[in-house]
Amino acid sequence: MTIKRKAFIAGVFEHPTRKADEQSLAQLHAESAAGALADAGLAFKDVDGYFCAGDAPGLGGLSMADYMGLKLRHVDTTETGGSSYVIHVGHAAEAIAAGKCDVALITLAGRPRAEGMATGTAPRNYGSAAPDVAFEFPYGPTVVNQYAMAAMRHMHEYGTTSAQLAWIKVAASRHAQHNPRALLREVVTVEDVVSSPIIADPLHRLDCCVITDGGGAIVVTRPEVARGLKRPPVAVLGAGEAVKHQRGGKIDLTYTGAVWSGPAAFAEAGVQPSDIKYVSIYDSFTITVLITLEDLGFCQKGQGGKFVSDGTLIAGVGRLPFNTDGGGLCNNHPANRGGLTKVVEAVRQLRGEAHPAVQVKNCDLALAHGTGGSLATRHGSATLIMERA
Amino acid sequence: MLRAQDRPIPAPPVNPETKPFWDAAAAGKLLVKRCTACGAAHHYPRARCPFCGSERTEWTEASGRGTVYSYSVFRRAPVPYAIAYVTLEEGVSMMTNLVDCDLDGIRIGQGVRVVFKPTDGGPPVPMFRVV
Repeated sequence: MTIKRKAFIAGVFEHPTRKADEQSLAQLHAESAAGALADAGLAFKDVDGYFCAGDAPGLGGLSMADYMGLKLRHVDTTETGGSSYVIHVGHAAEAIAAGKCDVALITLAGRPRAEGMATGTAPRNYGSAAPDVAFEFPYGPTVVNQYAMAAMRHMHEYGTTSAQLAWIKVAASRHAQHNPRALLREVVTVEDVVSSPIIADPLHRLDCCVITDGGGAIVVTRPEVARGLKRPPVAVLGAGEAVKHQRGGKIDLTYTGAVWSGPAAFAEAGVQPSDIKYVSIYDSFTITVLITLEDLGFCQKGQGGKFVSDGTLIAGVGRLPFNTDGGGLCNNHPANRGGLTKVVEAVRQLRGEAHPAVQVKNCDLALAHGTGGSLATRHGSATLIMERA
Repeated sequence: MLRAQDRPIPAPPVNPETKPFWDAAAAGKLLVKRCTACGAAHHYPRARCPFCGSERTEWTEASGRGTVYSYSVFRRAPVPYAIAYVTLEEGVSMMTNLVDCDLDGIRIGQGVRVVFKPTDGGPPVPMFRVV
């Protein structure tokens, strides 16, 4: 069975807040849900499938269905960190194709800024029962220094440079200047990036994404439901998901799970990387983008640094515009989980509703990719290919 | 030159599955789990082999020698430190810290040797010195 064109994205919403001092977590989820449903022209009562991940409060799907008053016949709380919501779109398409629901709602929200969370620089600990904790937590693994180890190894094996990584941030900032809601709208140069303070060798401050509160939501429906709505429909063509881990200690930090999720999504969609007009690539750090582009086949392994240099990723300049909202590097990284907003900007591009300065001409085929967890230990990878229907 | 300083190390949580590893660490020995069914070594240690699924795993003492696979000096920390993956002679790589060294002098591929560092109320943890 394939999900190709069996489910459409009918509504999307990116919560406008970047610091939510006045809202609760459940409220942010519900505000995001209301926004996506309004975008689609649907109501809470139309929802019969609900998807959320580890950012949802309490018992996740149960708590939020209760809060929003949802009447569900399908629930999925797959948790793969920031990639969860990209996986959720694929799972929603599967459920719709199998007749398990008609209108699927996916929500994300979080308040790391309001809560003063040291997102990237404090060692994370998922609890003493996690089998890896005793063998990692004493060594001070933070989000930044773990991704930094992946960057260090990539530089060692392929000669990738900090200046090449900086081009990714430069492209994001060139896009963010047009987004009034972006947290960082200042255009930066390669020199700005490489002269910003080192956080963890070799990653500079400007190699790192922003920390923001906020949220987002996506509504996925049966094709005939979407076609009856006012918004330009977007079809799900293919989805792939994978988990990459430490392989029992056979560590290789030079690739991600995108080497598996990418080919699966392309095969299902029946398209190739060269067909894609726009990409949303999870950009927790510049290195995340570079390795992912290689793994998805947009360039050869090890050639990512050369590929992203000289503006390849800049809309109107290069041949593969990426993250035209400014991405996690400049715009928004709600709940420290950037997968959902990746899908949102891809849908804007396919609808022709991106900012005119960054809208890709004749954008009929787009890819969104999520990465959740850590490149250095274990992460989820999710690739989604969408088409203007 | 940025000399590595000692920093407070949180205690590793010990459970029945991993207690032998930590008892050995307290005795200055680094253990690696090896599967007697498929022969593969793995880390972190598990009761069941992650390669073949067999429960026939046994503790073996590692040489304590390895090389730096990758590392990062976390300069933003109050006390900068080097996180790393070290590939042991036994063929597995483990997350660790590189200690008692010039943090600016660390390079991928350098030879290292295990040293055990005290933790805050728990068993010592294996870290590595550049040789």
